[in-house]
Amino acid sequence: MMAPMATTRGAAVVIVGGGVTGLSAGWWLARAGVDVLVLDKGIVGWEASGRNGGGATHVYSPFGLEEQRLWPQMDELLGYPTEYQPHRIGVALTEGQLALARRWAEIGEMRGFRWESLDRRQVKELVPIVGDNAIGGTYLHFGGHANPQRTVQAYAWALQDLGGRILQHTAVTGLVERGGRVTDVATADGTFGADAVVIAAGPQTGAFAEMLGVWLPLAPARVEMIATEPIPLMRVGGVAGKGLYGRQTLRGNLVYGGGPHEWINVPDMTTPEHANTPLVRNLARRLAELFPGAAHVRLIRSWSGLVENTPDGLPVIERLAAPDNVVIATMSSVGFGLSPAVGRAVSELVQHGRCLFADLSALALGRFADTPRDWRERAGWIATPPAVAASAGGDAGGDD
Amino acid sequence: MRAIDPRSIAGKAPIPERHAPLVVVGAGVAGVAAAIAAARAGLEVMLVDEHPVDNDMMAMDVPLCFGQRMDGSVRNRALMLERVVETNPGLADAYEAGVDVQLGTYVWGAFVNGPTAQELSTPMLGLADDRRSWLVGYDRLVVAAGARDVLLGFPGWERAGVLGASGAAALLGRYRALAARRLVVLGSGALGLHTAALALEHGVDVAAVVEVGARVRGDASLAKALTERGVAFRTGHTILEARGRTGEIESVALVAVDGDGQPVAGRETDIACDAVCWAIGLAPSVELLHLVGAQLSFDASIGGWVPEVDQRMRTSVPTVFAAGDCAGFHDGRLATPGVAQAQGRLAGLAAVESLGAHARTDGAPRLEAPAASPPQETMPHAYWRVWLDSLVAAGGWEVNVCQCEEVTRRELVETKPPRYLKWDSSQMSARNLATLLRDGPVNQDQIKRLTRAGMGPCQSRRCREQVGLLLARAASTTIDRIALPTFRPPIRPLPLSVLWPGDEPAAMRDEWVSWFGIPTQFSPHWTAGMAIDEPTAHARLIMSDE
Repeated sequence: MMAPMATTRGAAVVIVGGGVTGLSAGWWLARAGVDVLVLDKGIVGWEASGRNGGGATHVYSPFGLEEQRLWPQMDELLGYPTEYQPHRIGVALTEGQLALARRWAEIGEMRGFRWESLDRRQVKELVPIVGDNAIGGTYLHFGGHANPQRTVQAYAWALQDLGGRILQHTAVTGLVERGGRVTDVATADGTFGADAVVIAAGPQTGAFAEMLGVWLPLAPARVEMIATEPIPLMRVGGVAGKGLYGRQTLRGNLVYGGGPHEWINVPDMTTPEHANTPLVRNLARRLAELFPGAAHVRLIRSWSGLVENTPDGLPVIERLAAPDNVVIATMSSVGFGLSPAVGRAVSELVQHGRCLFADLSALALGRFADTPRDWRERAGWIATPPAVAASAGGDAGGDD
Repeated sequence: MRAIDPRSIAGKAPIPERHAPLVVVGAGVAGVAAAIAAARAGLEVMLVDEHPVDNDMMAMDVPLCFGQRMDGSVRNRALMLERVVETNPGLADAYEAGVDVQLGTYVWGAFVNGPTAQELSTPMLGLADDRRSWLVGYDRLVVAAGARDVLLGFPGWERAGVLGASGAAALLGRYRALAARRLVVLGSGALGLHTAALALEHGVDVAAVVEVGARVRGDASLAKALTERGVAFRTGHTILEARGRTGEIESVALVAVDGDGQPVAGRETDIACDAVCWAIGLAPSVELLHLVGAQLSFDASIGGWVPEVDQRMRTSVPTVFAAGDCAGFHDGRLATPGVAQAQGRLAGLAAVESLGAHARTDGAPRLEAPAASPPQETMPHAYWRVWLDSLVAAGGWEVNVCQCEEVTRRELVETKPPRYLKWDSSQMSARNLATLLRDGPVNQDQIKRLTRAGMGPCQSRRCREQVGLLLARAASTTIDRIALPTFRPPIRPLPLSVLWPGDEPAAMRDEWVSWFGIPTQFSPHWTAGMAIDEPTAHARLIMSDE
């Protein structure tokens, strides 16, 4: 193997988790000339980072302005394609949906972005597959979407091009503390020394925090998406509505998700099955309702991903007080689009102890100080008890 | 009392429209035998088979590679149904044994609980016909899904008229709807000879049987009989190109290959034909077995990835059995259909017994000793690799490996982004399979995401094996050392309007929101207290600043 690890054990910054947050943080650190090592239990971006809707329209967030500033530059900055496409269209079939779409637009307007109201005819012109059931919509001259799979790989490659290292198939098993700092990261393949550590491990982030005596309330869940065969490209691929999120890819596939999630227990460190359920039918129905002109289009794939949520659904991005060389980063199920900005924030927390471009006080862990330990039970955010099925097996999952 | 998250799946899990103690998927020899054995033992059995497959599906080479060589009669559903029944005598026996036979019914998914999904009350299958989809719960499942065609690319293979042996056999026998008059068969093993004989039997000319190796691989007497009927054997040849009018095959160019599989200059032959049939082997159809989580392992002697089964054909999932070609296929099986039948019967009876029912049988069936493992040189993947090497040597690297997504061999092994991105950067140019392999072993799912090979509507039915073989070749390894790429539901490409659930629970509709429905999740950070509650059936958009 040509891996440089043969000669270097450890790094200035070791990042636990090669999802979109960890990779972006690693890339920003490598850009700043920091020696960085990303450890992942499987393949980079293999979980929710690489299997989401690809939306990049989160202007409500403290990272929102930076997200909007960075995305149009990402292809060039990374040197690899992300398939970023600007602008979004909201399609409404009911007054309620129209009010929601407008609200999204107005939040952008508060940040100085432009949007337009679309009438029935304009929606139909822009999105030929909508039906007569569409009553109107919004056109956002901001926001956009990208291809998650391509983007995570772009981060990983760009990070390597800058001298950063990635070790895949290397599950982290422990964090070694000495003198109020984490000095080593333990894996099945030995330990890696670190001056600073970033924990960006998605649903497992809470388990790593716990190793450091830090309580981070996170509830993991499974969500599902579907993809159709390609259809002719629309002028703007970022069209959503009717409780669906997603996009038309540059290849022409309609890729959408939405609807009920299933709360699950914290997954272990093996790569989980990416199980789908009959929910794919409900998704197919909504897609056909949103786009009656595409009802005949064939569904060719579906998949699922695991995401984690904090009690208020907002990220926790924080450099811990103790041990003081650790940054914890969970995006609470909304991480892909914000990743260019969040990676920068994390890299600044590592280097400077604070984020230089945004106020992250709303994302501090301290807000959960009074959250009761049984918050998941109280909210009903807990795994369904195993279904009672007398002789039914179904005990083995897929090996996806 | 436990709190319920109204936006979660809790309480909305689908209720199957029907429940069957035993569902058998596939009404071939093995499936029919399983269904009849179980039904005669007193079990209620549903036997599902997708034939007759509708014309649009056939046009996509799903589930078999039909090569656009269906004649107009396949649009006549009633006629096709009649033919499917009349060409499969086992179906009448199954009806007679009281089996609920559902023809023209696709099985597009299998859903079971696992670590990340626990809401299902029972394991269930997703079924569909041309109009609607539905769910059927089961206690036991016998998968007898048969085998898929294995195709390799060559210049011109996008043209109408490139079939697989199973697709050709179905059009010749089951459908009697092959729109071809003169066939070139690629492969001279039992499958190739059998395909040639079947074509002749149905009045289709066989212009040639082409074999990349130096000798005919199949039974000498059958080869002799074919020769006597005018079939030319072209050993030591590979296919250079298929030619013809726009989109059609009117001839194929063959070229002789030397002992190293390299084309010999000047030794080209044109053969007039309107169809080319790949008959170098079949791949067991393990999609459903993969979806239910049955352990699969690679056994080169029986077609590659196959389910691990015990002596009663039970897979690693105690409720699921596998029988027939999907449990392993090699050329030798063609001569011994009794193996599939015995496997089916075993599986059917084992399913009955595992439910605690008393099997009313005339003694436990004995599995006929399966045909001995074929000798090393007939290991299908090694043989496919010889063909592939000759095709690469003759046709080069600019040949599409994936037709749906138009990905060439070069683009695949150089892991290039798709052409429609028109992407060019020095960084990207420096990336290839070798650089990717520094980070970990070959992962076909990762490479297909990067290149899009295998991501199209045919769901990789035309390219799965050659993608694996090409990647193995490029990575200097063998295909058995590369992890199985996943199968995702729906395993049949079905229209949204067909998958559309008519039986959706009201709570599903009423509480549907796009994400988690956490009001603070998308609240503007600069306006404390302004939360957005996505509207549901009963609640309008709620903003807490109102």
